[in-house]
Amino acid sequence: MFEFLDKFMPGILESLIPRASEFAIEIDVLFDVITILVGFWFVLVLGYFFYLVFRYRHREGQKAKYVTGETHRQKQAIEIPHFLILACDIVIIIPTFVVWYNVKIEVPPPDEEVRIVAQQWAWTFYHAGEDEILGTDDDIVSINELHVKENTQYTYHLESRDVMHSFSVPVFRLKQDAVPGRVITGHFKPILTGEWDIQCAEMCGVAHGIMGARIFIKNEAEHKEWLAMNTPIDLGGSFLAVAGEDEITELKEDKNNG
Amino acid sequence: MAHQIIATGRSRTGIPTGRLAVWWVIGSEILIFGGLIAAYLLNRFNHGPSWSVEAANTNTLIGACNTFWLLTSSLFVVYAHAASERRDAAKTRMWIWLTILLGGFFMGFKAYEYTTEIHHGFTLFTSNFWSFYYTATGLHGFHVLCGMVILAIIAEGDIKKKQNWHRVENIGLYWHFVDIIWIFLFPLMYIAK
Amino acid sequence: MAEVAPAEVGHGDTHDDHHEESFWSKYVFSTDHKIIGFQYMFTGMAMALIGGYFAYVFRMQLAFPGSSIPFWGTLSPAAYNSLVTNHGTIMIFWVAMPVLIAAMGNFCIPLMIGCDDMVFPRVNRLSYQIFLLSAIVLIISFFVPGGGFGGAWTAYPPLSAKAAYNSTPFGAPLWLIAVTLEIVAFLLGGINFITTTMNARAKGMKIYDIPMLVWMIVIASILFMCSVGPLIAGAVMLLFDQTLGTSFFDAAAGGDPVLWQHLFWFFGHPEVYVVLLPAMGIVAEVVCVFARKKLFAYKLILYSTIGLGILSFFVWAHHQFISGVDPRATYLFTTTTLLISIPVAIILFAFIATLYGGSIRFSTAMLFALAFIAEFLLGGVTGIWLGSSGVDIYLHDTYFVLAHFHYTFVPIAIIAVFAAVYHWFPKMFGRKMNETWGKIHFWGTIISFNGIFIPLFILGSAGQHRRIYNFQNYPDLAGQNMQDMRVFATMCLVLMLAFQVIFIVNFIVSLKRGEKAGRNPWNATTLEWITESPPPHGNFGTTMPEVYRGPYEYSVEGREKDFWPQNEKPDSETT
Repeated sequence: MFEFLDKFMPGILESLIPRASEFAIEIDVLFDVITILVGFWFVLVLGYFFYLVFRYRHREGQKAKYVTGETHRQKQAIEIPHFLILACDIVIIIPTFVVWYNVKIEVPPPDEEVRIVAQQWAWTFYHAGEDEILGTDDDIVSINELHVKENTQYTYHLESRDVMHSFSVPVFRLKQDAVPGRVITGHFKPILTGEWDIQCAEMCGVAHGIMGARIFIKNEAEHKEWLAMNTPIDLGGSFLAVAGEDEITELKEDKNNG
Repeated sequence: MAHQIIATGRSRTGIPTGRLAVWWVIGSEILIFGGLIAAYLLNRFNHGPSWSVEAANTNTLIGACNTFWLLTSSLFVVYAHAASERRDAAKTRMWIWLTILLGGFFMGFKAYEYTTEIHHGFTLFTSNFWSFYYTATGLHGFHVLCGMVILAIIAEGDIKKKQNWHRVENIGLYWHFVDIIWIFLFPLMYIAK
Repeated sequence: MAEVAPAEVGHGDTHDDHHEESFWSKYVFSTDHKIIGFQYMFTGMAMALIGGYFAYVFRMQLAFPGSSIPFWGTLSPAAYNSLVTNHGTIMIFWVAMPVLIAAMGNFCIPLMIGCDDMVFPRVNRLSYQIFLLSAIVLIISFFVPGGGFGGAWTAYPPLSAKAAYNSTPFGAPLWLIAVTLEIVAFLLGGINFITTTMNARAKGMKIYDIPMLVWMIVIASILFMCSVGPLIAGAVMLLFDQTLGTSFFDAAAGGDPVLWQHLFWFFGHPEVYVVLLPAMGIVAEVVCVFARKKLFAYKLILYSTIGLGILSFFVWAHHQFISGVDPRATYLFTTTTLLISIPVAIILFAFIATLYGGSIRFSTAMLFALAFIAEFLLGGVTGIWLGSSGVDIYLHDTYFVLAHFHYTFVPIAIIAVFAAVYHWFPKMFGRKMNETWGKIHFWGTIISFNGIFIPLFILGSAGQHRRIYNFQNYPDLAGQNMQDMRVFATMCLVLMLAFQVIFIVNFIVSLKRGEKAGRNPWNATTLEWITESPPPHGNFGTTMPEVYRGPYEYSVEGREKDFWPQNEKPDSETT
């Protein structure tokens, strides 16, 4: 809703890390709005502070004034800034509510779904396969690699097998804790092709720090190719991602024997 | 012992310092039990049917008797306080020991209750309801026991020597608090089935 | 209103007042609030060295991954997690709380309100003994089989509840027991701070004559007491899960891991204000003395502090925005979190306004107090990014959070504490600390502190997550620029630790060889400065002080001296 502001904003987060999801721009703009409002107050107050420290440093013959802070004007000196800060808070709260709703409450109808299972200490991703439906035989399972298609609306279903984990994709600006005993749903829509980090964002034990995964965002053609290469062999996939040579032969034989 | 502390003798608010201290202790204990009870309630709401099944097995009769012991003992501690205000050492000690006696009945009935429940297979680990049940009632029982010990110390160490009469009111406050916690636990664990 | 007892005879020189005390009864088993204050202070400082050492080790690992760290060796991932966990735990529970609340409260409150000790000296002693026990239990937890607990200071289950997940079967329960004992110690200590302030004030000391430091510690104690109860309940439940095999937090068996989070953060958020308030109290005292100014808008500060305390109970779930709580709850918590910036801003503005029209002398204590204001301002405002739930989706668990809370905690637990030590050292020990070395210590500490944490804001904004053992494992974070920032931050930490040596040497040498200080080296108005330095047993001799005015009557118009002590009789009553 407030994305149009982006052209007036410094784009601080984007200068550090790309925006690869549709809602990343909203979070970035909000970050910048806060930076400008808070930065303004911070510089003002700190500046005034240093000014006072310099102006009222002790010099020969200089005496301090007796100021209680209880007169009307003196109270206003505090109350007026405090109302202005309150106004800034409201200016920040409104887009906050909008961004939060868009990312965390609304779940747009998906083009595809993906199931994410976190455990000590790896990520398992269940992709929908060529039929684009999750939960069918042609689903592709991979460890520590999430493969998604550009410009496709995804719904994810996040679980944990053991302790609290957290699915974090910085380039999406997305993060969601994985709670054991629950399936938590969210959404994202990749808008930039490339390959980036997925991190676990909740302390989960000894190997929490090496539980990284990678997300591969591909365009239509690349994604089709990946699907073909990874579809399970007995469903006609051209290359079995995980099994070895012997297993392929054996499986083939099973099928022939009916 | 060191010399008398002046600070202990002052009372700028008019409220005796010992009483302020007891309210402080009661306040923190309310928060502790409050947290436990709030957690129990949240679980009870989320797991309504399964927890009702488990809760059906608590012994309401014993719970009711225990409520009677504690409520009556609170009455007795009020009599003890009244006697202490009259500086009647004999009566004060009598009422304190009667309070302790009823506390003893409470603990005795509880011991029987726990034994029977464990015998029937309901232990701390049987289910989350029972984990909460034993933790909350056990923690409460521990507080009852501590109260009984302190009551005895005050009766024999202070009242017998006709000193520190204000301590009867203070321990009475604590005892009432222990009673009130039970007033919350009883319906939650024994009546809501 | 009952006033003071008719004949208040303080501790004097008569035969009855002299009691032979051995070393043990005087220094180890003392019930004197000043000694107990020292016990807390020195224990807290010793624990700070341990916590600082842990930070050195894990930052060296982050700067030079896999290397052999001087004074440690190579750091395993399990040990890394343990150091990170215990660094946080120690700094909050065994440094900030004992030094700010127990040491400052014990030493300063009876002196500042004009009485001879706390109202329950033996409970006071007991509280320290339990505290010391808790520190010992924590340290033991580092050396048991499996090592110290490594599940972060937040100890979220199921990780913290099952040894099968955390690999520290003894460390985890011992850590939890240590924290619980520490909490009990502070509940006991709180009894004294509150009842003593309420009831044992000097004659004539009305509510608004109480020094702001005393108010802050009292309000902090009330806040602590009201918030910690549910955590104790949770700790009992977690301990049972760990040791007895119950399933309070085990989803598979019908429990709920998120319940712990609520119980923990319901305490965790007020806790940060529990430590903030005494720090602000210290800054208020020091700023008034060295600006020669009355505290600006005392009542407004007091009411804002109470408002802050109340509001702090309604913000806790901002630590849990994305943790699986009902997403609609975040609307409430974002609003309350952003609103809480207002009372804090009011108090900071009032401190800044106190400088207006002053005559500021830059003693070491004042430098640290001023630095608190500037650094805490930065820390506090960075909370706004995190309080906005939308932005927190991105910033949660990144180094941005870490930089935010260090920019608040370091001013609280380190900068304000240094201000307090340099300021009250003469009263505690009868001698002044060396000002030149103090100023070197100040600049070295402040400059290097900023050097550590500014890069961390940038790294966090670039997506670097917390509690990660080696960022070289993440291609997006392994670039040279980022690694350079990590090295820079670590070098600044080493520098900052090195500058603390100056403080330690200054402290120790000044104990014996510092410039002798009289009763009131800073020409201050509050009651602790009217007695000898160090104060004798019983604090004020045979005549207890009486109070005639507020605590900050500096530079009163028409008076010759630029300070008017609280206990000086009004002009009309003197000859």
